[in-house]
Formats: sequence, C-alpha cells, structure tokens
Amino acid sequence: MVHGALQLVHTGIKGSERSTAPGGFLLTIERGTAVHPPSASSTFEAGVKGEPALVVRHLTKRFGDRTAYADVSFEVAHGEVFGFLGPNGAGKTTTVRTLGTLIAPSSGTAIVAGIPLSVENGVEIRQRIGIMPENPGLYDRLSVTENLEYFAALYGFRDAHVRINDALDAVNLADRAQDLCGGLSKGLRQRVGLARTLMSDPQIMFLDEPTSGLDPVAALEVHTLINSLRAKGVTIFLTTHRLDEAEKLCDRVAILNTKLRTVGRPADLRAQLFHNTLRVRTRTPLANPGAFFATLASINEWHSNEPGTYELEVADVQSAAPDIVRGLVGEGADVISVGESAHSLEDVYLALIDDDGNGTAS
Amino acid sequence: MNTFSSARLMAVIRKEMRDYRRKRSIVVTMLILPFMFLIEPVVAIFVVPASSGVSDPRNYVILPVLYLLLIPSIMPSTLAAFTVVGEREQGTLEPLLTTPISQQEFIAGKGAAVLIPTMALTYGVYGLFLLAVEVFAKSVVSSAIFGQGSLLVALILMAPLLASWSIAVGMAVSVRATEIRVAQQLGALASIPPVLLILILAVGVIHPTLAVALIFSIILLGVDVRAIRIVAKMMNRERLVTGSKPSR
Repeated sequence: MVHGALQLVHTGIKGSERSTAPGGFLLTIERGTAVHPPSASSTFEAGVKGEPALVVRHLTKRFGDRTAYADVSFEVAHGEVFGFLGPNGAGKTTTVRTLGTLIAPSSGTAIVAGIPLSVENGVEIRQRIGIMPENPGLYDRLSVTENLEYFAALYGFRDAHVRINDALDAVNLADRAQDLCGGLSKGLRQRVGLARTLMSDPQIMFLDEPTSGLDPVAALEVHTLINSLRAKGVTIFLTTHRLDEAEKLCDRVAILNTKLRTVGRPADLRAQLFHNTLRVRTRTPLANPGAFFATLASINEWHSNEPGTYELEVADVQSAAPDIVRGLVGEGADVISVGESAHSLEDVYLALIDDDGNGTAS
Repeated sequence: MNTFSSARLMAVIRKEMRDYRRKRSIVVTMLILPFMFLIEPVVAIFVVPASSGVSDPRNYVILPVLYLLLIPSIMPSTLAAFTVVGEREQGTLEPLLTTPISQQEFIAGKGAAVLIPTMALTYGVYGLFLLAVEVFAKSVVSSAIFGQGSLLVALILMAPLLASWSIAVGMAVSVRATEIRVAQQLGALASIPPVLLILILAVGVIHPTLAVALIFSIILLGVDVRAIRIVAKMMNRERLVTGSKPSR
C-alpha cells in the first residue's frame, strides 16, 4: 500500500452472504485528494428511483412530558449522503438512536435497510447498519486491533482479520494497530471508531459528528472516505454541526428542530428561501435608489446594507441582469460589479432556526 | 429471529478477561481479598486443638469454614456493579449495543465474566484451606471438617449460588446507577443477605446439616433465577442508553 494513501476495500457482499475472500472492489484515494461536491451523476440520482434505504413516517419520540422529536417524515435513497442538521437538543441523536434500534419510537413507523423498525427486528437491522456515535467509545486498555476484534466477534465475522486490516487501511491506522486506545489522540480515536463502523460493511452508516475534534487534514480524509463510500453505494446518514461539511458532502439535508423544518438539496433550499438575488455595486451610492429600482419591472424587492451595494430580488437572474446594468448606466451610475448573490447552507439553516426562536446554531 | 450465540457470549467474556488483566488494581484486589478471608479460618482451625476439653470439635470448625462463603458473596459485587455503568461512563455501551448482541448474550457474557474468576479464586482458596487442614491440622479437626458432609456441600454448592446472587444484584444496581462509585457502594449491599444467612448457620439458629445445606441451595437457586429474570427485564436497550425507564 502506498504510504499516506487512504484506501477502502469493500467486499461488495451484504448481510449474511459474506465471503471470507475479499472479492469486491479496491479503491485507493491519495491523501489530500480534493473532495468534490455531489454531482448530478452521483449514485443518489440512480438510487432515488429504487426502493429507499430509509423510510421514516411520522416518527415521534417522547420522554415523559418532553418531546425529543415529533412527526418526522423523510426518505433516504440508496447511496445517498443525507445530512441531518439541527441545534443542540433538536433530537438528532435521538433520531439516530431510534433508527439504530436503541430507542423505541413513541409513534410512527420506519423501514431501515428494507426491514420494518421494531424490537423484534432489532438484531437483523443492526446487522445491516453501522452507527458511529460522536464519542467513538473505545476500550482504553485494549489495543486498536483488540477493540476491532471484539466487535468483529460480536458481528460473527469469520474473516475478521481481513476486515480489520482493510478497515484500518481505510482510515490510515494500520501502523497504529497495536497501540492501546487509551493513548490515542481524539482524532485517532475517531478514526478507530470509523474503522469499527466500516468493518461491518453496512448498507447504511449513521455517522454522528464524524469530524468532531479532527484537524483539517484528518477531517478531509473523513470527507474523502465518505465520498468513496457514496460512490460504492453505501447510504450515509450524516449528523453534523458543520454546515460547510454538509454542503460539501450531502446530496440532501434535513433540518430538524424537534420538528422537521425542511428537507431538500442545499441548492434547492437556498433557492426556496432566498429566491434569486443579484448583488450590484456602484462607485458612488445612487441618489434615489427606491425611485430608480421601482422603474425596473424585473426587480421584485431590493435592500441595501451598505452604501453603493444593493441586493436585488429578481424573478429570473439571466434576463434581469442586462436590464439592470443598462438602467444603471443610463442613470449615469458607475457600475463596479453585478453578480448573483451567494447564500450558503448556513444562511438557510440560520433563517429556519431563527424562525423557531432558537438563536444561533452550535 | 435472533438465537443465542455462544460465539458472542465468548467474545464478551474474552474481552472482559483481557480488560481485567490490563488493570493491575483489579487483579490485585481480586487476588488479595480471597486470601484475606483465608486467614481467619486457617488460624481458627489451629486454635481448636489447643482448647482442651473440647467435647465436639465440629462446633468449633463450623464458623471458620462458613466464613469462607463470604468470598463468593462479597468478591463479585464490585465487579458486577461496574458492568453497565462502567461501560456507560466510558462511552462504550452505545457502540456495543449497536451490534447484533442480544440482551441475553450481554447479561450472560457480563455475568459469566465476573462469575468465572470469582469461582476460580473461591475454589482455589477452598483447596488451599482443605490442603492446610489435611496437612497441618490435628486429626480431630481434620476429621471434624472432612467428616461433615454438610459443610463441604455448603462450601461447594452454595458458592456459585451466592456469587450469582451478588452478580445479579450488582448488575441491577449498575443498570440504574448514574455513577460507578454509587453503583459499587450499592452493589456491596448485595452481600448482606448471604452474610446474614451464614451468621444464622454459624451461630446455630439453624443447625447446618446436609439436608439444611441442600434446602438452602435449592432456595438460593430459586432466588437467583428470579433475580436474573428481573435483571434481564431491566436490560432494555433504551434504559441502558438513556439511563432511564423506557417511555412511550
């Protein structure tokens, strides 16, 4: 194996039909490889047409009088990277625990990896999914390999050593295999947790804050790994507070704040919430911008946060931009720039969460 | 449909044993405690012959021999109290419960991992005690101990039953506790009923005959089965993860 490479070996065999011989695919990604945002040709597109990997219908969980989450419904397609966002206490982890059969829902239904969510189906569901909690939860007095051996035995893998070696290679930890987990840094512990989740070759991976506490290089490796898993058809349910991460990795995101506020592609959510906006900058502020913008039919609304800079909400950016430039030039304004105003997923998130009166995301 | 997997059971036991071995304080405590309980009986059996005019030496060996039953009563409670709350505190419980392991396998594995070293050390100490009696004690003492079938039955039969009781109580406390220290302190209370039982036998409120030993063993077995069933009911995944009773 090339030093410093991030490698994923996948047997390509699911559920109980596991083989001792790694016969699937072998993928090697060099450290530092750029992570590309989900493309239109991603597996999500193909997966959307098939049976969803995860179907959630009106799921609610109450702890006595307290509601953890209520009436949550969504679907996740096979091979999709689904971001699950929300402030602290929004119910994200409880949702993951419910779908992972650790907690029973108060009402509602779900189908996880093709199996209806129920106590009776718990073992079968857990065999098909992998959950990595925010705290990787390692046995400090055992080595990395011993930790993985324990979990491999609990899953009943006959090819445990192959799987362990492959998982360690995938997270670049082969050279630390004999280290005691108690002596590992937070980032390395996180990677052991990921290796443990990868080892079971799950159909759906629930990753709860997988890059929490990781340095940028290690976080990039995790991103690369997630993208490579997506490419192989693994469905990923990603809980994160890092909105840039969600934007970069996720095909779709859901924003939860006890109730599900929205579900969709980041670009669609931006368009829904912020419409089409042009940002215009002029050398000197317009004398009477209100009167001037009122003369242009293509502008629905406008506002200005600083002198000489105007945010113009338009119906169609392509047709409105030339009209506006012509109008400004005709008015004698020195136009410095005209461009589409960019809104991030963070803007969407903050707008929705602020609507609920929750303040800032954490 | 889930079936009990002996492979998963063995995985839990192996991991626990490995974990014990790496923690020196656990090993030292495990080894020291049983030998502390060996001192009193050994001293007692050597004192008996010195008492001239002893009409029936059997009455003098009952207490020290029954004293050995405190080893399986007290020793496992601390370890058992750690089983769930310890995993919860170090954050390993949730990843463990996301695997296909069933509640039964979890309980059996954790319980067996405490029972095995407890019984190994208990019987080891019994062996040393009986060896000391055979080799060093006067014949009147030796025959008093080996001649009383009830004492040997009590030692051999009741030891795993008393240990199982302590383990079941320790695990029940561990499920409910929010802190390791609290669990270990409460878990130690599990040894009170066995201690009382041993005292009742030792002071002669009930004379320890073979029939009494067998009856007590059967009662203890019934109590243990009931206790283990209660623990099994408590071992709900939601309760283990959240630390509170499952709610709908």
